[in-house]
Amino acid sequence: MTESFYDVMRRQGITRRSFLKFCTLTASALGLGPAFVPRIAEAMETKPRIPVLWLHGLECTCCSESFIRSAHPLAKDVVLSMISLDYDDTLMASAGQQAEAIIEETIDKYKGNYIVAVEGNPPLNEDGMYCIVGGKPFVEQLRHASEHAKAIISWGSCASHGCVQAAHPNPTRATPVHKVITDKPIIKVPGCPPIAEVMTAVVTYILTFERFPELDRQGRPKMFYSQRIHDKCYRRPHFDAGQFVEHWDDDSARKGYCLYKMGCKGPTTYNACSTIRWNAGTSFPIQSGHGCIGCSEEGFWDKGSFYDRLTTINQFGIESNADRVGMTAAGVVGAATAAHLAVSAIKRAQHKGDEK
Amino acid sequence: MSVNETPNGFTLDDSGRRVVVDPVTRIEGHMRCEVNVDEDNVIRNAVSTGTMWRGLEVILKGRDPRDAWAFTQRICGVCSGTHALTSVRAVEDALGIQIPENANSIRNIMQLTLQAHDHLVHFYHLHALDWVNPVNALKADPKATSALQKQVSPRHPKSSPGYFRDVQNRIKRFVESGQLGPFKNGYWSNPAYRLPPEADLMAVTHYLEALDFQKEIMKIRAILGGKDPHPNWLVGGVPCPINVDGTGSVGGLNMVNLNQISGIIDATRTFINDVYIPDLLAIAGIYKDWLYGGGISGMNVLSYGDIPDHANDYSAANLMMPRGAILDGNLKEVHEVDLRNPDEIQEQVPHSWYSYPDGVKGLHPWDGITEPDYQLGPNTKGSRTHIEQIDEHAKYSWIKAPRWRGHAMEVGPLARYVIGYAQGHEAITEQIDFVLKTLDVPVTALFSTLGRTAARGLEAQWAADQMRYFMDKLLANLKAGDSATANVDNWEQSTWPREAKGVGFTEAPRGALGHWLHIRDTKIANYQCVVPTTWNGSPRDAEGNIGAFEAALMNTKVERAEEPVEILRTLHSFDPCLACSTHVMSEDGEELTRVKVR
Repeated sequence: MTESFYDVMRRQGITRRSFLKFCTLTASALGLGPAFVPRIAEAMETKPRIPVLWLHGLECTCCSESFIRSAHPLAKDVVLSMISLDYDDTLMASAGQQAEAIIEETIDKYKGNYIVAVEGNPPLNEDGMYCIVGGKPFVEQLRHASEHAKAIISWGSCASHGCVQAAHPNPTRATPVHKVITDKPIIKVPGCPPIAEVMTAVVTYILTFERFPELDRQGRPKMFYSQRIHDKCYRRPHFDAGQFVEHWDDDSARKGYCLYKMGCKGPTTYNACSTIRWNAGTSFPIQSGHGCIGCSEEGFWDKGSFYDRLTTINQFGIESNADRVGMTAAGVVGAATAAHLAVSAIKRAQHKGDEK
Repeated sequence: MSVNETPNGFTLDDSGRRVVVDPVTRIEGHMRCEVNVDEDNVIRNAVSTGTMWRGLEVILKGRDPRDAWAFTQRICGVCSGTHALTSVRAVEDALGIQIPENANSIRNIMQLTLQAHDHLVHFYHLHALDWVNPVNALKADPKATSALQKQVSPRHPKSSPGYFRDVQNRIKRFVESGQLGPFKNGYWSNPAYRLPPEADLMAVTHYLEALDFQKEIMKIRAILGGKDPHPNWLVGGVPCPINVDGTGSVGGLNMVNLNQISGIIDATRTFINDVYIPDLLAIAGIYKDWLYGGGISGMNVLSYGDIPDHANDYSAANLMMPRGAILDGNLKEVHEVDLRNPDEIQEQVPHSWYSYPDGVKGLHPWDGITEPDYQLGPNTKGSRTHIEQIDEHAKYSWIKAPRWRGHAMEVGPLARYVIGYAQGHEAITEQIDFVLKTLDVPVTALFSTLGRTAARGLEAQWAADQMRYFMDKLLANLKAGDSATANVDNWEQSTWPREAKGVGFTEAPRGALGHWLHIRDTKIANYQCVVPTTWNGSPRDAEGNIGAFEAALMNTKVERAEEPVEILRTLHSFDPCLACSTHVMSEDGEELTRVKVR
């Protein structure tokens, strides 16, 4: 017999009322209206668990570590009641040939109806032997498992973009998944790592609606990656008011002013950190005093120092972007951010002069 | 086929049946293990192969040293942060930067949080299934399980028969569904599993409780570093300012989140004391005659030490986690360790997929060279892209072979605890004596797979206690009027010398970790990491010494050669981290971009 998520919750003494409340929370976490609650409930009540083969290439396992930090739903409930995590080298009991056999079994039994989740990426130099699984190049395992998959989830910046091992000069020719697997639907969930609840929400969405969420042109779910960190940052009013941290641990840092001058990449980074936040909503990088390093953006390792102000990075034209947004709100249409920053710096210098 | 003695005292005999385990699962990264077993199913030869290489330090060349923490942090997302801390320490060493006392306390809290979390997750989610049989838990009597729980840990509130019945029912439905998920193809009928059903049910229940609880621990690092995994760090201090009083207090580390950290520290100590340690003792009590897996732990162990009590003093006397080296099992003499001495730590590559210009001589990390050189020996079975059997007489791993004064060393919680015990470290001695007495075993029982697993649990307990110590220290310092968290005197590159070199170290959850770097004209000229799994997972060296993994597998009796439970037990007791263990660049690291594709 196959048990559903609802069965499990009921057996654990959870009332139907609480179950529906959970469905409501899931709906709102996914940015859906109340009309979707019955559909989520129905899916949870009736569906068997979809097999997932979670493969690991060149990576650091931060995606798996993030995944188990999910608070809503708990990783435990995803693994025991929502999906059937048939292969995941990080968690699975079996090893060696018994582990390898599971991939074959899943392909045979669920052809076209399982998901391949990829953490990390395949290196292509040295015939792929910079990452060996079962004596063979990882890229072979990836191609083999993907051939009959229903869809692929590219977890994190490694699978989505290449991430740190693909940074210049990319000695192993680490290659993102979509450049190796070109004939399957792929959903990218970038970030180093992605936010835990974003990972579990992507899974829950696919199970509930039996389809991918709406994706942007890069293949990322719009619900989490369509707005910049900067657009939803709680320190944004300080940016607009020209109140900036000038040095680490200065008075402005202690007051929580904008980290733009300390190199914050929030204005060019598309992710949900400033809204969903991290570790069950506990904080996010800017809230804890460090600028965003842009870890969900393609090639973020090769865009200059994390402490370089965005205006000094010419090639990707952030200047006008950050300007336009910042200045419009401040009501100084047409002025450049650099000019704005200069003015605020002069004001502060004058202020300091007054104090002396 | 051959029989030979290694200089470090092991007899390798590859005449018996070859067993290959690839992939080794429930570890970080990718590794392969091959052993030969004799007619009595005893392991007589062991070969461990690191099967991944990412080239991270090559990538670091020419970067801003202040960014290096973010790159090196991505070496590992399981021991996330420990590489970053090592990196900022290396840069501060090179540039002579002193950090504020509060920054030291906050860094220690973050590092100790990692120790507590990492050990807990390792025990329950990576290691437990080597000892605990979830299928057998279905046979348990929930009432008897409740009684067992109350006996081993009277303080833990989740102990009613109904609670265990609910968990058992959940597992039952899960198993009956036919979709076994991560438990699929486990070795559940293997006689190596010895726990009574009630102990299995208790442990499986705590597997789930620990999975829920571990995410709470890391909220501490989210508060201090903005997110976890991969929180933020800063050369010169920590990025989180403190403002407990006055305008804009909500913008910094304030009374609300200090309270939250404090609460999580208390909950962590409670969980470790009331769940982790009692489970560890209960399980170890049943397997206490399974004394395999000591390897070189009773001979050669090494620790750099960590957790400086006061800021900026990295001398052994100021480090709360012990430092030193023991050779040949002589606990009466703990040698001093100097990471700067070119004659102490050296890496060799005769059996690693790298080449040195002069072949075999070891190199100190400041002079390290790494040129990948993937080639298989003549006795390899299979092909270069389909290895059926490795030839350990040639190059056979992406891991180098680091040696301390020429010796293969074990690093990690057991090494630290043996060194601490030898030095008479008060807390460590008390913990070890308590465990030996409780289990009624002699001190030599420490040198085993279970000893390694026990040391890890004890260290988690110690780490949680020190989190409280540094939290109190932080608050006392704030009360005294010092709220500084960063020193920016040398932040600007214009203040730096044209050339500088530095070394930073930590004790990662898995053992001694060091980063060595050169800075030239404000950029990284050379960066080298020697990490715990490089020590423990090292292949043979020029003299033929085997590494800690290989040594620990030797002479172990396996119940069923085709079901590698015992191999997994011992490898997991080291908590291997393969993404960490693979390497490095040379001063003229351009070499590495010429990768041979045959």
